[in-house]
Amino acid sequence: MTGWSDSELAARVALDIPDGSYVNLGIGKPTHVSAHVPEGREVIYHSENGILGVGPTPPEGQEDPELIDASKRFVTPAPGASYFEHADSFAMMRGGHIDIAVLGAYQVACNGDLANWATLDEKFPPAVGGAMDLVAGVPTILVMMRHTDRDGSPKLLERCTYPLTGLGVVTRVYTDLAVLDITPQGFRLRDLAPGIDLDHLRSVTGASITT
Amino acid sequence: MDKRLPDLAAAVAPITDGASVMIGGFGSSGIPFGLIAALLDHGARELTIISNNAGAGETGIATLLREGRVAKVICSYPRSPGSIWFERRYEAGEIALEVVPQGTLAERIRAAGAGLGGFLTPTGYGTLLAEGKETRMIDGRGYVLEAPLPADFALLRAERADPWGNLSYHATARNFNPVMAMAARHAVAEVRAVQDTPLDPETVVTPGIFVQAVTQYEVRP
Repeated sequence: MTGWSDSELAARVALDIPDGSYVNLGIGKPTHVSAHVPEGREVIYHSENGILGVGPTPPEGQEDPELIDASKRFVTPAPGASYFEHADSFAMMRGGHIDIAVLGAYQVACNGDLANWATLDEKFPPAVGGAMDLVAGVPTILVMMRHTDRDGSPKLLERCTYPLTGLGVVTRVYTDLAVLDITPQGFRLRDLAPGIDLDHLRSVTGASITT
Repeated sequence: MDKRLPDLAAAVAPITDGASVMIGGFGSSGIPFGLIAALLDHGARELTIISNNAGAGETGIATLLREGRVAKVICSYPRSPGSIWFERRYEAGEIALEVVPQGTLAERIRAAGAGLGGFLTPTGYGTLLAEGKETRMIDGRGYVLEAPLPADFALLRAERADPWGNLSYHATARNFNPVMAMAARHAVAEVRAVQDTPLDPETVVTPGIFVQAVTQYEVRP
């Protein structure tokens, strides 16, 4: 059994981002997607802290502490970039102006419900950030995550057990094992990772998969 | 009109015990570190802090939490790497926490500044964060009624200012600063360069009517 590495998975997601898209990349794994967008496509990245047109990391020594992305990494403005305040930034998200968001998740249900902001562990204070605003307004929500938890339990489920971020919002899920669409019939297989067979995929998924 | 003050201490002097204080910034960008340090020296207690984050390491809002000055935090993302003082106070039950989706936080603040009684947003509909709130269906979609969020004071960070309190910002240091200026009864800004001459009106981001005082603080983090 092999499956996709993090970087292969990022490249797989990047293939599905069309030329001319406005895209928000969530913190964690999704930030790697921009490095893999195929040559010749112009994708404009939005970061909710107030920049549209996020460019590459600056050379060492030229970092500007007041020019960061939502993951708090130093960035540069891409050609055509703009800066704005928070209410405008979230108008772009909630108002349906951003085309695609790529997010991490704790759990995704077969009806497209997403859980990615709080667990059931009350010791940890909840931290929602911009996730609920993104899924409320961005028409295409791509989720990028491990297929199972650290303890091997499924993250793709009939119903989420963690508190929801949004109801019926996920478009497609990319895991280390497969790419699955959310359809009215539930999860539908789009792509299997190399070395993974359907029986194995079904055995580590908490809901049925159509092909 | 001249809204310039001689130093940071003068800017935070009006802040009283129990006040609600908005603090601009996202991550380490656009945070008025100078004003926060002055507020710590000033000594006001039982504060309600409204900000996107709840401080990290031993700087900014984390110092107010460390010294026990904070009664409540209203924010979207308290759990950043290194937010040890927030976590310590939260786990000990010493502070109250209200978690608000980031866009709802910005819009509640803007609504307060714009004189609105609230707004309907699809954000959070059907989730834990909408529990107990009024909802409404509009064209088949669920919305949550969110209340305006005003404050007694706002501490802001800006790049340039003039004596009229007009502000402009640098890169992503803008973030929550403009809406917080609008929503606070008394907004004060630490500014990298306060000039004697007017800013070019075309470059003003926060009009001076929203700002009660500016003071120069050259340090950029």
